[in-house]
Amino acid sequence: MTDTTTKATARRGLGGAVRWDTAVGALFVVLLLCSFSFVDNFGNALNVSFLIGNTLPIALIALPMTLLVVSGEVDLSVGSTAGLSGAVMGALWNEGMSIETIIPLCLLLGVVCGLINGLLVTRLGLPSLAVTIGTMAAYRGIAQIILGSDSVTDFPSQYLDFGAGRIGDTFIPYAALPFLVLLAIAVVVLHATPVGRSLFAIGASEEAARFAGIRVKRLKLSMFVTTGLLSALTGVFWALHYASARYDNATGLELSVIAAVLLGGIDFDGGKGTLGGAIAGVFLLGTLQNVMSLLNVSAQSQIVVTGVLLVVSVLAPRVGRQIAQSRARRKATAVPLRPPAATS
Amino acid sequence: MTTTAEPVRSAPASRAAGARTLIDKMFKARELAVLAVLVVMLGTTQIYNGEFLSEQGIKDLLLNATILALVATGQAVVVITRNVDLSVGSVLGISAFAAGNYLNGGGSPLLAVLLAVALGALFGLLNGALVSLGKVPALVVTLGTLYIIRGIDSIWVGSRQITADALPEGFVGFGHDGIWAVPYLALLALVVLLAVGYYLRSYRSGRDLYALGSSPEAARLAGVPVRGRIMTAYVLCGALAGLAGALYLARFGNVDSATGNGYELTVVSAVVVGGVAFTGGSGSVYGAALGAVLLTSINSVLPAIGVSSVWVTAINGILLLLAIAVDRILALRVAAVLRKKAAQMRSARHD
Repeated sequence: MTDTTTKATARRGLGGAVRWDTAVGALFVVLLLCSFSFVDNFGNALNVSFLIGNTLPIALIALPMTLLVVSGEVDLSVGSTAGLSGAVMGALWNEGMSIETIIPLCLLLGVVCGLINGLLVTRLGLPSLAVTIGTMAAYRGIAQIILGSDSVTDFPSQYLDFGAGRIGDTFIPYAALPFLVLLAIAVVVLHATPVGRSLFAIGASEEAARFAGIRVKRLKLSMFVTTGLLSALTGVFWALHYASARYDNATGLELSVIAAVLLGGIDFDGGKGTLGGAIAGVFLLGTLQNVMSLLNVSAQSQIVVTGVLLVVSVLAPRVGRQIAQSRARRKATAVPLRPPAATS
Repeated sequence: MTTTAEPVRSAPASRAAGARTLIDKMFKARELAVLAVLVVMLGTTQIYNGEFLSEQGIKDLLLNATILALVATGQAVVVITRNVDLSVGSVLGISAFAAGNYLNGGGSPLLAVLLAVALGALFGLLNGALVSLGKVPALVVTLGTLYIIRGIDSIWVGSRQITADALPEGFVGFGHDGIWAVPYLALLALVVLLAVGYYLRSYRSGRDLYALGSSPEAARLAGVPVRGRIMTAYVLCGALAGLAGALYLARFGNVDSATGNGYELTVVSAVVVGGVAFTGGSGSVYGAALGAVLLTSINSVLPAIGVSSVWVTAINGILLLLAIAVDRILALRVAAVLRKKAAQMRSARHD
């Protein structure tokens, strides 16, 4: 009796989640169509390339963040890791090192940052939220110690062109190509490999996943390391894209990434979500911001819209699920229950 | 039969009592440890720089700590229920401006403070309603309201600014003066802290907050009105953030649309350093307030011993990591000791 009702609500909950990320995708398409038809200056290739270029940092970090949140953890230090890698890049460039050696070093630094987060979470069993709030301050602080209030802008021009330019007169920025490759890898890993299945399993029930023979700690650690690596990559891209390496680069990026991922229907309790939804969420927010700027909506109002979207996006499916559940419960109680057998 | 049953029945009770005192000791030690670190840090700085703990020095330390300690007190109450409120920075900013705006219009200082508190409580009510009625993770909801309140604040404030010379003299004086080295603001914060601490310790609804944080499901089954209690915690947290906004205005006299930006993370750090665990049900507001004093004191200590202030952020982060890591290791140790004791008792009984 209870078994069938929980199954029914589970199925309905899952149905709700699927509907949600298709809904976000559909909303994104509708927004795109409306913007193309009604917003002046939106449709030209240059604006679209700006849109994509400005959204790329969030999209890049959203990839590993989705995997991490699916497994029930979170990393708030991504913005600081990006800032730190940008700061180190600037400092080493000032030292006269060649950019070809600097970039791998920055990526290695990202791996170390992720490793610290991951080890504190998996070996000491600390909550990732607390750990990454700590490392968020620590990494940002180290960036500040390294670069002070300097800003480094004189990177080699072919790299700056790669960071800010687009392919010919099309709407595709150069940097979008590596992103598409990473996106493809992430989609395959999460939705078509045992690793992806394991992440969902860990998010749904860590205990059960461990008993099913999944190496929970190792997998989580590798997810933190991947997140660190891609955050550092984002930091390098950020410095090139905006042609400026400062210690406060990418401040607050973690909140944008998390807002976008949540909007895409990734459940913070873990075990639910799709990368398609997350990416739709990222670009929905990015497009919305671009359109609002074109329509001369103030930056402050844009913040409000982001906040409202975030609250609605988590509230709506849950309220829907609660209504469905209470309806199911009413149906269940309508059926007369057998008196429980005396066991004592 | 009855004679052997007697010790068997009393043994678990005494074991539980032993466990309780051990855990009690650990938590008391947790707050004492923060206090000890604070005292050692201030003492060393004083030896290094004789000017540090002058009357003005102490006053500055207390003034700097007051606002963070107030917000941390409220945050601790929410974290004890296994939730979090990230919107406190935005609430502080908007209530500071509301109070300042009201005072600029010729309002009375007391009403301005009450206005800030009421506005904060209102936002707390909003957060509490979303968290408890929608059953949405607090982190997400309050991240959303962080954005929303900050946005409303920015639209409302625009490029306006409130400056100290536009405020009534008495109000600014209240923000600076005090009894010897103890500012009025710090006294006010202390009174609030003691009141909230007493409420959490001695009132049924206060104890319920701990029960709720330890195990929401068990608390619900034990008849704790979960929604109402979560609502209470958020309203309290919002009201204290509002009060802190009014005190911010009195202390700095300068409020614009960026006031309180990013404050939420400092507050959460202070609470966690003070020994209030994210997992809920443990810690105290005194610990959180001590954590706040410790964090703000570092900001004053570093320049006093000649370290550049660029180190502050990194040190705050590392301190937070250290605090949670040490907590965890201690908890594991205590659990191991308890298990060993229990095993010894069991084997003793079997002999």
